[in-house]
Amino acid sequence: MAKRILTALIGAAVMGIGAQAASATTLSDVKAKGFLQCGVNTGLTGFASPDASGNWSGFDVDYCKAIAAAIFGDATKVKYTPTSAKDRFPALQSGEVDVLARNTTWTINRDTALGFNFRAVNYYDGQGFMVRKSLNVKSALELSGAAVCVQTGTTTELNLADYFKANNLQYNPVVFEKLEEVNAAYDAGRCDVYTTDQSGLYSLRLTLAAPDDHIILPEIISKEPLGPAVRQGDDQWFDIVSWVHYALVGAEDFGITSANVEEMKKSTNPDIQRFLGVEADTKIGTDLGLENDWAVKIIKAVGNYGEVFDRNIGTGSPLKIERGLNALWSKGGIQYAPPVR
Amino acid sequence: MTIDATTPRGKDKPTGSILNDPKVRGIIYQAVTLLLLVIFIYWVATNTMENLKRANIASGYGFLNGRAGFDVGQSLIPFSSDSTYGRALVVGFLNTILVAVAGIITATIIGFLVGIGRLSKNWLIAKLSMVYVEIFRNIPPLLVIFFWYSGVLAVLPQPKESLALPLDMYINNRGLAFPRPVFDSGSQFILLAFVIAVVGSILFYRYANKKQMETGQRLPVLWTVLGLLIGLPLLTYFATGMPISFDIPVAGKFNLTGGSVIGPEFLSLFLALSFYTASFIAEIVRAGIRGVSHGQSEAAHALGIRPGLTTRLVVVPQAMRIIIPPLTSQYLNLTKNSSLAIAIGYSDLVSTGGTILNQTGQAIEIVSIWIVVYLTLSLSTSLIMNWFNAKMALVER
Repeated sequence: MAKRILTALIGAAVMGIGAQAASATTLSDVKAKGFLQCGVNTGLTGFASPDASGNWSGFDVDYCKAIAAAIFGDATKVKYTPTSAKDRFPALQSGEVDVLARNTTWTINRDTALGFNFRAVNYYDGQGFMVRKSLNVKSALELSGAAVCVQTGTTTELNLADYFKANNLQYNPVVFEKLEEVNAAYDAGRCDVYTTDQSGLYSLRLTLAAPDDHIILPEIISKEPLGPAVRQGDDQWFDIVSWVHYALVGAEDFGITSANVEEMKKSTNPDIQRFLGVEADTKIGTDLGLENDWAVKIIKAVGNYGEVFDRNIGTGSPLKIERGLNALWSKGGIQYAPPVR
Repeated sequence: MTIDATTPRGKDKPTGSILNDPKVRGIIYQAVTLLLLVIFIYWVATNTMENLKRANIASGYGFLNGRAGFDVGQSLIPFSSDSTYGRALVVGFLNTILVAVAGIITATIIGFLVGIGRLSKNWLIAKLSMVYVEIFRNIPPLLVIFFWYSGVLAVLPQPKESLALPLDMYINNRGLAFPRPVFDSGSQFILLAFVIAVVGSILFYRYANKKQMETGQRLPVLWTVLGLLIGLPLLTYFATGMPISFDIPVAGKFNLTGGSVIGPEFLSLFLALSFYTASFIAEIVRAGIRGVSHGQSEAAHALGIRPGLTTRLVVVPQAMRIIIPPLTSQYLNLTKNSSLAIAIGYSDLVSTGGTILNQTGQAIEIVSIWIVVYLTLSLSTSLIMNWFNAKMALVER
């Protein structure tokens, strides 16, 4: 941690000038170095975790891949920087990473004072609680007096304090810097309750010694819109990162999948033609600073939003998280993409 | 100033260019180095400011007055999520001081015992002390902390199966719970009695010294002082109608409720720092005692001074002069090593500062506060130890 903050500080002090000079945009920097540097979680099954041979996979990782595919047409041109909750912001501020796709909640403070930009929300989440079944707790309101394990430097930590205060409950916070340390402490019985975003709880439960001994309480105590973040001051880059998400959602809306994308190119539907960049004289991609078939490249690399969701965290994965709020707007959810026009 | 390069000069005639004067050269080199350093610092500072501005990051220390919004596990002063970031830093600072002071005291005691133990003529004590020193001195402090946290304290039973200790104390994997004294009205007299006892003890000690100097008669100092310090407050306690009651920990729904709890985070950090630093102090003490010439104790024996008094009055005062300077370094090390607390989630200055750093994004400000605080702590420790060293120094006549 200390090392990374130091790097960030030195970065802010010395090297920032070159990386963010007015002439060089993030896009041209990324193109010049030939890969995307993507800040991800240190290891959250389903969202971002490395396998035994160091290959990263997960929901957030697929966003890194999608951005790389949009730029290079090659989803493998990504280098991953695992960041803890605490050092993720210095890493982005200093330019150590180009984009932060690390289940990070969009808040006004991060959007303004910290100097970041958020727009696309790739996962609508909320904070929940996990406890041992043996405690016979049915609701979060019965948790007064409990020891609560939480990761430091998160919105979770703040929501926790607010929720217990608002409901006049006592608790004893047990805070750690790294997710792995929180997991170990909860598993060892250092605390009674584990709180984080509900998606995270589903993922973490799988890593516990006996997943079936734990239940996730029904209460959701906060709104946690998670999405990729970029530095302020580079609108083109901000647009690219946002529109990669909208392309994924749009593709699901149109029914375009990684399997049928080539066929869909022949579609006569003008919306789809425009979306896939096959319309004559189109500038749909070049206006973004990309190729016109950028959406095709994304879909070929990772599929549409529904495919990304199902493969990593949804029904096709061990996490089995319901789409819920993250279903398309037309199917009862709130995932919605602006028109490509 | 004229430089005549063509005229050769003898070495014994330094009347030529002042550039050749070693003194002037020295000053010029120093001035140039200083100038370069100042320019470098100025460059780093302005560059940082500019980059922060470009990245749209707010700077300044105003954020310290903002509402913290998070809770801290262990705090010496009242703290809630409504308190300010500044207060959170104070909480962390006090926790750092607490573990540092407690660690320094314990490490010194263990260190002196083990250090003297290594010199013991008893084979078992000497070898055990040696094994202790060699084990703890050669393990990184972080491992010692993990050993206590994960190896010892985490394997203690759950709160519902707490181990009962004497005096209504309980130990489990959430820490050590003990009865908390509740002070009712009247208990201030007990504090007053204790203060009187302390003052009385000091006065009696001086009187006894004076009397011994004048008449050679020795008064029973130890027993009188002990009687004063324990007896007087105890007497007041009963006289005022026993105004102190105890809040005893009892099993609650999740944890033990009531009483006070020392968390396993503090315990493991405290134990690890104490045991680790004690191994170094033991070696320093051994070196100090070995450093006093054997002739000194022989001379003392020849004068008829008893062995105990020889150690106390002749050997130790001289050994202290060797011990104190390296001891200072160990105290500084212990204080700085306390920042390893972050690995086990003890809310020290680095841990709470890190939380604030992340909640506010004020990296440079927080890091600067860390630097200033640790620098101040270390310099204060040095100052106190230097004063102590000067007091113990050999007064030559």
